[in-house]
Amino acid sequence: MTIEVAAHTPVPEQVEGRSLWIDAWRTLRKNRAAIVAAAILLSMTLLVLVGPFFSPYAYDFTDWGNTSIGPSLSTGHVFGTDTLGRDLFVRTLYGGRISLLVGLVATVVSLLIGVAYGATAGYLGGRIDNAMMRIVDILYAMPFMFFVILLMVIFGRNIVLIFVAIGAINWLDMARIVRGQTLSLKHKEFVEAAEALGVSTFALIRRHIVPNLLGVVAVYVTLTIPQVILVESFLSFLGLGVQEPMTSWGALVKEGAEEMESAPWMLLFPAVFLATTLFCFNFLGDGLRDALDPKDR
Amino acid sequence: MLRYSLRRLLGAIPTLLVLIALAFFMMRAAPGGPFDQERSLPADIEANLRAAYHLDEPLYMQFGRYLGGVIRGDFGPSFQYRDFTVTELIATGFPVSMRLGGSAILLALIIGVTAGSIAALRQNRLTDHAVMTVSMTGISIPNFVMAPILILVFAIYFRWLPAGGWGGGQLRNMVLPVIALALPQIAYISRLTRGSMIEVLRSNFIRTAKAQGLSTQTIVLKHALKPALLPVVSYLGPATAAVITGSVVIEQIFGVPGIGRFFVQGALNRDYTLVMGVVVFYGMLIIAFNFLVDLAYAWLDPKVKYS
Repeated sequence: MTIEVAAHTPVPEQVEGRSLWIDAWRTLRKNRAAIVAAAILLSMTLLVLVGPFFSPYAYDFTDWGNTSIGPSLSTGHVFGTDTLGRDLFVRTLYGGRISLLVGLVATVVSLLIGVAYGATAGYLGGRIDNAMMRIVDILYAMPFMFFVILLMVIFGRNIVLIFVAIGAINWLDMARIVRGQTLSLKHKEFVEAAEALGVSTFALIRRHIVPNLLGVVAVYVTLTIPQVILVESFLSFLGLGVQEPMTSWGALVKEGAEEMESAPWMLLFPAVFLATTLFCFNFLGDGLRDALDPKDR
Repeated sequence: MLRYSLRRLLGAIPTLLVLIALAFFMMRAAPGGPFDQERSLPADIEANLRAAYHLDEPLYMQFGRYLGGVIRGDFGPSFQYRDFTVTELIATGFPVSMRLGGSAILLALIIGVTAGSIAALRQNRLTDHAVMTVSMTGISIPNFVMAPILILVFAIYFRWLPAGGWGGGQLRNMVLPVIALALPQIAYISRLTRGSMIEVLRSNFIRTAKAQGLSTQTIVLKHALKPALLPVVSYLGPATAAVITGSVVIEQIFGVPGIGRFFVQGALNRDYTLVMGVVVFYGMLIIAFNFLVDLAYAWLDPKVKYS
């Protein structure tokens, strides 16, 4: 009897497993806006890294014969110069290096703190989770930007401090998201199965929890980078960020805003670079969210 | 409801304490004192100064003194503006900042909710894509970039509006700063409204309303708007924080005599008490506003149980 039943069950076809990432890539590829945004960001990064080597001017070189001249090919200043005769093309690219670097480093800092904190709270659960999340709630209510400014006032304007300060304050969202995700993962069958098989806690977190968090984290990272770049520009705009002669997009926009009547190009170029970058990160993040969020399928 | 409010109010106390403690101890950790000048003062004068500002007491007593002061609404003297207390400076700037920020939030709500609802009703059509692209641009252009552009276009090129100044809060002085401050919020609110409106419009009670032959206008205004606005209400807390932060730079650009300008001046001059006072004041304001938003949410959403 039993043998007959078994004979009737169809032999399962060999189905190729589709991982979350392959699925996500397929969805993302169809989203033209996100792909274009990614391409622009890649070219922007490349330009910012390599571009300065092709310019005859250094970022702090003052060309006294050509102060505040508009963009022109004949002088070699393709973006024009600022009031001190410094080449705006090179300065915009150098500013981009700083802005993108801040975006990357501060995001990594917030990523490390947030994932560690959130995963611990979510996995341990119970009273520890309650206490840890209460702390996050309290910190959440703090006027974040003001504390960064306070830090700048107290410890002087130091670029490493900017990285760490922004990252250290920006991890709260990440911790919340990761905790929520961990909580829901913890009760999934495959985690319970692994537990039942005697997998150690550490291996369980590494093999089963973290890989399943990556999707959400990837989306959130893409959306954190523009926020962080914005914070740095905001600080630099107020004169509390990067110090002269080094520069960032925020600092360049500030200089440009001061001279916009006589030298509008000083505002235009850094503003366009900054806005384009933020725009592309936001679009890419949106696209990733559509691609990686299984709820939306 | 009353018990819920009381519990939330009690819950805000540790948050306030952490806020004040963070600001206080961060300030005290600062290298260099407020009396470090190019010419060093004679020792006894400096000792007198320190005693006058209670800097010679142990740290916990200073903190207790500061805490007591904050409760009474006294943020101490300003180190830079010698004739003013921090409370007086905040009191001078606050009505101006309040007027600026309040108008911006109001404008953002009106335009954001309208644009978001329209986009939701025309989902995936041209209007929808247009609204969403414009709002993404609004989110991506920082207000300190938008503000100079607005000045360049409307004040310098067309000469329709003044490029700066406050003029006692005249309408023509307010237009540009309010718009610059409101734009990113308009963008966020319209995206939020669109998302939740689409969800609400798919729900059963809306289908029933449609089946009963109600007009789109009635359905949206009478039935869909209230539930669709819930996420917007809960966003008001972060929105206030964002507007307060944004007003710091907007006040700087437009020369508006609000708290933000004192704050930046204080930060650049290392006026510790002023900076600390503004941080604590704004922190308290945000905490209070979040409390109000929570209450409003609990009142609006029948699903929230406040027991």
